[in-house]
Amino acid sequence: MIATLLIQRGTPTASPKVERFDVPFADGQTLLDGLRYIRAHIDPTLAFRFSCINANACKECMMLIDGEVDYACTTRLRDGEITLAPLPKKTLIGDLVTEIAPPDERINYATKR
Amino acid sequence: MIKFETDVLIVGAGGAGMYAAIEAAKSGASVILADRSLIGRGGATVMAMMTVAAAIGAQTPDHWERHLADTLTAGHGLCNESLSAILCEDAPARILEMDAWKVGWAREDGHIEQAHAPGHDRPRCVYVDFLNTGPAVSKTLRRHVQNASTIRRIGDLCIVDIAVEDGVACGATAIHMETGEPVILAAKAVVIATGGLTRLYRRNSASLNMAGDGYALALRAGAPLIDMEFVQFFPIGHLAPRLVGLDPIMWDPFRYKLGGILLNGQMREFEQRYAAEDGRHEGGRNDGTYVLTRDLATYAIMKEVEAGRGSPAGGAYLSFKHVPEAELRRAFGPVIDTLAKNGIDLTQRPIEVAPIAHYHMGGVKVDTQFESAVPNLFACGEAVGGANGANRLSGNAITEALVFGARAGRSAAATAAKASHRWRPSASAATLDLLRRRTPSVTANPAALIGELQGVMMDKVGPFRTQTQLDEALADIDRIERAIGTDPMASGAPFDAVLVDWLDLRNMVLVARSVTLAARARLESRGSHQREDFPGLDPRWQFNQTVELRDGRLALAADARLERSSHAAQPLADIPA
Ligand SMILES: Cc1cc2nc3c(=O)[nH]c(=O)nc-3n(C[C@H](O)[C@H](O)[C@H](O)COP(=O)(O)OP(=O)(O)OC[C@H]3O[C@@H](n4cnc5c(N)ncnc54)[C@H](O)[C@@H]3O)c2cc1C
Ligand code: FES
Repeated sequence: MIATLLIQRGTPTASPKVERFDVPFADGQTLLDGLRYIRAHIDPTLAFRFSCINANACKECMMLIDGEVDYACTTRLRDGEITLAPLPKKTLIGDLVTEIAPPDERINYATKR
Repeated sequence: MIKFETDVLIVGAGGAGMYAAIEAAKSGASVILADRSLIGRGGATVMAMMTVAAAIGAQTPDHWERHLADTLTAGHGLCNESLSAILCEDAPARILEMDAWKVGWAREDGHIEQAHAPGHDRPRCVYVDFLNTGPAVSKTLRRHVQNASTIRRIGDLCIVDIAVEDGVACGATAIHMETGEPVILAAKAVVIATGGLTRLYRRNSASLNMAGDGYALALRAGAPLIDMEFVQFFPIGHLAPRLVGLDPIMWDPFRYKLGGILLNGQMREFEQRYAAEDGRHEGGRNDGTYVLTRDLATYAIMKEVEAGRGSPAGGAYLSFKHVPEAELRRAFGPVIDTLAKNGIDLTQRPIEVAPIAHYHMGGVKVDTQFESAVPNLFACGEAVGGANGANRLSGNAITEALVFGARAGRSAAATAAKASHRWRPSASAATLDLLRRRTPSVTANPAALIGELQGVMMDKVGPFRTQTQLDEALADIDRIERAIGTDPMASGAPFDAVLVDWLDLRNMVLVARSVTLAARARLESRGSHQREDFPGLDPRWQFNQTVELRDGRLALAADARLERSSHAAQPLADIPA
């Protein structure tokens, strides 16, 4: 089975472009499995956030999946196209990464104290 | 360049780091609590679902010396007994403090409920329903960290090296994950609270941030590590079908509460056979329910797989078919729905499980003030080695994080109160130079090489080891190290995936080699370290090994300081056995 991921990429200063990745998968594998596959086998520069992988405990892997906010680690891969974009209401860092830390846990806040 | 100054720098914001921050702040120190991920979310603590061991005696009468006796038994003669004693003696105070902070330990009949986990002589393990122990612990500590005005919390800050001046720790050099910019942290005392190393293995229960950073930081700072050969494999990690939304070790509490049955590929039970063969377990510990300690269960499953009696995905079946649905639901409520979403119905079909790397007994060698051999450099939590010897009791790891965190935080604050800032540019120069050398030429894919290293460690430095495989592993590790080169690869983009993978691999290679060298040297089988070419425990090996970096090379040694207090020999407190 092959999932086609259409991923919005880029930095805050450049206009975003969508890149296409074909990802082979087995039954039950997740979108996060797919993103990690891309990083290890197709494009090591793809940026996305995650930490816990299986537990759905860290809540870092939230992104826009087919237009809905969801976790990459609990969404299953499926045949056909899936579009991915960074969270729309958060400041973009790069690719699928946005600024999600609470404001008082960021480095800029710490420099002011 | 951004530069911070603080009394105490804590590296890692899991259970240990957060408790250390709270205690250091209480002692009057200014604190920076830094994490490469989000505060309180990046490591093992937030993922833990099960139990925390402490002799609070709420369920049955208990005494911390009983807990200590069980801890030492599991440690197979290698515990640093002073550290084990601190763990067990302080545990009730931490657990009751967390209770007062409203963590929500499960209660029955008006008292805190304690479960009976394997290896403990009585019900001793507290937990938060349903499978919510780690998230509840993290959330509670986070709240207290937030309330302390002298703690600055900084997420997305990855510590690359400890800064050392004249042999004394004086801060750290880091990169800000979002920008890739170097950051200097000057500190009078530094606490390594980075958790474990199980991401080194292909089958693991680790998060992204558990590749052994703290061990590499300590080694490069000049501090020896101890017991690096002892990696604990969790015998019944989830294997198949693909399960998401739950952590892979979640079958343990199911077994505590409901006593699931392990079956081999031929649907036959096999635990009793191995338990009967194991001399250590004579004398009543095999009561036919959930009895094998972790190393023995790992052994049993791997031997069944090796003999061609594995389950289709390469493990064993775990069956709860004998448990009525109503009982499943009463014990695990919403978790049953999460399983259903994964297409798992325990009343219909067994799931498949296999050993996965789960916890590291070894780590930074510290004294009873939690200070390493490098002055002003402390460590706590899973990053510390010694308290659990050659194997760890279930429930002891979160306890270790809380107890050692609190102690290390206090010690670091006391040291900082007497110290002055020593950081000078030379303390960070080598690391800044490394980071400046980053190159956009990605000649090898660091993410792929990480996968390769994980395969090597799983297949050749797993729970069962031989000289030949360990030699091969060392050669493989050398090859991977050559492939990444000495200049960091980097994409140059924000949240630089290539740079972070490269820096991770730099640490992983060093730590993997430490584990492999120590495993190759130990010519016996003990606890979680099983040598197929040296079966059985050899009393001549009842000592710890240390490993340290000397002139850029790892050097092994027999540990000189064997703190053998007389706890084990002393009669235990007068309570019912
Ligand atoms: C899935 C799972 C379930 C478990 N269940 C139990 C259980 O039920 N009972 C039990 O007793 N034990 C359990 N354990 C073990 C126990 O959870 C851990 O040993 C314990 O939580 C470790 O706490 P810690 O604070 O030392 O490390 P962690 O909680 O792992 O925290 C370490 C932190 O350091 C950060 N960090 C790492 N490197 C760097 C760096 N270079 N720079 C900055 N920050 C860094 C990480 O992001 C992380 O946030 C479990 C472990 C796992 C993985
Ligand atoms: S990776 Fe942790 S919640 Fe998705």
